[in-house]
Amino acid sequence: MSLLEIRNLSVTFDTASGPFRAVDGVDVSVDAREILSIVGESGSGKSVSMLALMGLLPDTATVTADMMRFDGRDLLTMTKRQKRSVIGRDIAMIFQEPMSSLNPCFTVEFQISEMLRRHTDLDRSARRKRAIELMEAVGIPSPEKRLGTFPHQLSGGMSQRVMIAMATSCRPKLLIADEPTTALDVTIQAQILDLLKDLCADNDMALVLITHDMGVVAQMADRVQVQYAGQKVEEQQVRPLFADPHHPYTAALLSALPERATARGHLPSIRGVVPGQFDRPPGCLFEPRCSFAVESCRRGAERQGPDLGYALCNRPLINGVPADERVADAQVKA
Amino acid sequence: MIRFLLRKFGLLIPTFIGVSIIAFAFIRLLPGDPITLLAGERGVSAERYEALQAAYGFDKPIIVQYVNYLGDILQGDFGTSIVTKRPVLEEFMQLFPATLELSICAIILATAIGIPAGILAAVRRGSFTDQSIMGVALVGYSMPIFWWGLLLIILFSGVLQWTPVSGRISLLYYFPQVTGFMLIDSLLSGQAGAFKSAVSHLILPTIVLATIPLAVIARQTRSAMLEVLSEDYVRTARSKGLGPFRVIGLHALRNALIPVVTTIGLQVGVLLAGAILTESIFSWPGIGKWMVDSVFKRDYSVVQGGLLLIAGMIMLVNLLVDLVYGLINPRIRR
Repeated sequence: MSLLEIRNLSVTFDTASGPFRAVDGVDVSVDAREILSIVGESGSGKSVSMLALMGLLPDTATVTADMMRFDGRDLLTMTKRQKRSVIGRDIAMIFQEPMSSLNPCFTVEFQISEMLRRHTDLDRSARRKRAIELMEAVGIPSPEKRLGTFPHQLSGGMSQRVMIAMATSCRPKLLIADEPTTALDVTIQAQILDLLKDLCADNDMALVLITHDMGVVAQMADRVQVQYAGQKVEEQQVRPLFADPHHPYTAALLSALPERATARGHLPSIRGVVPGQFDRPPGCLFEPRCSFAVESCRRGAERQGPDLGYALCNRPLINGVPADERVADAQVKA
Repeated sequence: MIRFLLRKFGLLIPTFIGVSIIAFAFIRLLPGDPITLLAGERGVSAERYEALQAAYGFDKPIIVQYVNYLGDILQGDFGTSIVTKRPVLEEFMQLFPATLELSICAIILATAIGIPAGILAAVRRGSFTDQSIMGVALVGYSMPIFWWGLLLIILFSGVLQWTPVSGRISLLYYFPQVTGFMLIDSLLSGQAGAFKSAVSHLILPTIVLATIPLAVIARQTRSAMLEVLSEDYVRTARSKGLGPFRVIGLHALRNALIPVVTTIGLQVGVLLAGAILTESIFSWPGIGKWMVDSVFKRDYSVVQGGLLLIAGMIMLVNLLVDLVYGLINPRIRR
């Protein structure tokens, strides 16, 4: 049984210009000790779906789901109070901007041990000891001296380490990392990713890594879920995904990687942008940007089975060629 | 810290000189002089007038008068009242506790109601609660103080007969001034009912004096809170599983207080000097009333000395605010 199981999650924001569906019927499942990466462009609803799980969305958001289970407990029927005792302790989260995610008015020690105070019975000195341990574990040099520092005295990388120490302080079963390295230097990025991977292995922790960087995905993930405009368009284990993407969007994302670019000089890009609130296509949401789109795509997209990566596509690709063309070719040859 | 204090003190010197020039020039710009006013309707002979002018030193050039005055101030001599013949400093010290007591009560009332009201309005942004709080604040802010005071007197002292109209304590009670604060002195005196009488005399002036600061503080708290509530660190606090009271009352408020403390400090300054109307309405024997009376009597030394002392008090409050500011905002410490 999966550690986290979300079915048909939708999030709608009430905006001044009408409702906007940021997440549209997404399923997410994470096994214990697994690293799941959620990939997509900005606006694909990857952060919003995880914020919805954490209950961190503003009041203007309406969250609906058929199922939201974590570790055998139903998050949908829990009271707010019950949910707050799970959030932070069993599911913790780190964010994109470590510098602004720490409260500028409180010391590092206060912010780490506040989590322990909330979720454990440790006394003051035990909390301090644990805070030092945690800071050591995330690679902060001379942690005793850093206890009294304020966030503005830390670099971005150090702030993210403090955030990680805080998030892992109660040994959560699941950590959600929302673009944890986007705001950091490239050298620091690699260190933070290594740290996250080590912490998962050492603490039997599962990780949901939200990113738009396919390089990070390749380095970190066990399984990948690709989202586009609020929908899940494909889900595969990491190796087969990179070897044979089934959804044209995934294929286009991968071919836009500089390492994979075949033609010299030009980097392939996906023309157009993610549809917004007012220009959502009636059928498949990727149809206007898709180079394989046919007439039927304007009416809707069909969900494929597990052997085709659950691709939300009428013409899923197999080795870069749409499946139906492949069938047609085979018939011609026959 | 000591350097910080020294720098602040250094900045006070030019301010102090500026205030002394303005105070000195201002009263002399008004038509009329103290000698004519003292003489009353019968007037004085020209020779006697000349002699008195010389006795007070008013015959010398104004620059010389100012330099002499400044010299006296530096030796701690604020001059002697022309009307009462008592030292200005002594009169000030006798009356200042009354003003201070009233101001402290008013600022406590304004803060105790203003901050929670501002928080509530910010948390319930756009709701009926928010709009009513901000509506009342706007009315309070725009209320002409003398009219508001009279309304309250008519209702509570006139119609309902709940509170006395004027003064600091009922004439039934007499006891020596120990601290100058009526609330404390009445308790020390041990006379039955004295404290109650002092409180009932304080209620209306406190409400009237607190009205404008209350509105200002509520509005400032609301806007500071609104800004802070959308910060990343508030989301982090919620992701720790903390309850709304801790998230809003500690993580958000602590940051929102930084601009609010500045506002409160400025308001204290305004109160110390600006209790003039309130003190006049309620015949409150404080420095505001003292200054007004002295201006009417052209009591040069009281007006210039009093203004200087008030300015000194305001500067002291501002210095205190700077210190508190350093305490609650770690970014400007050291």
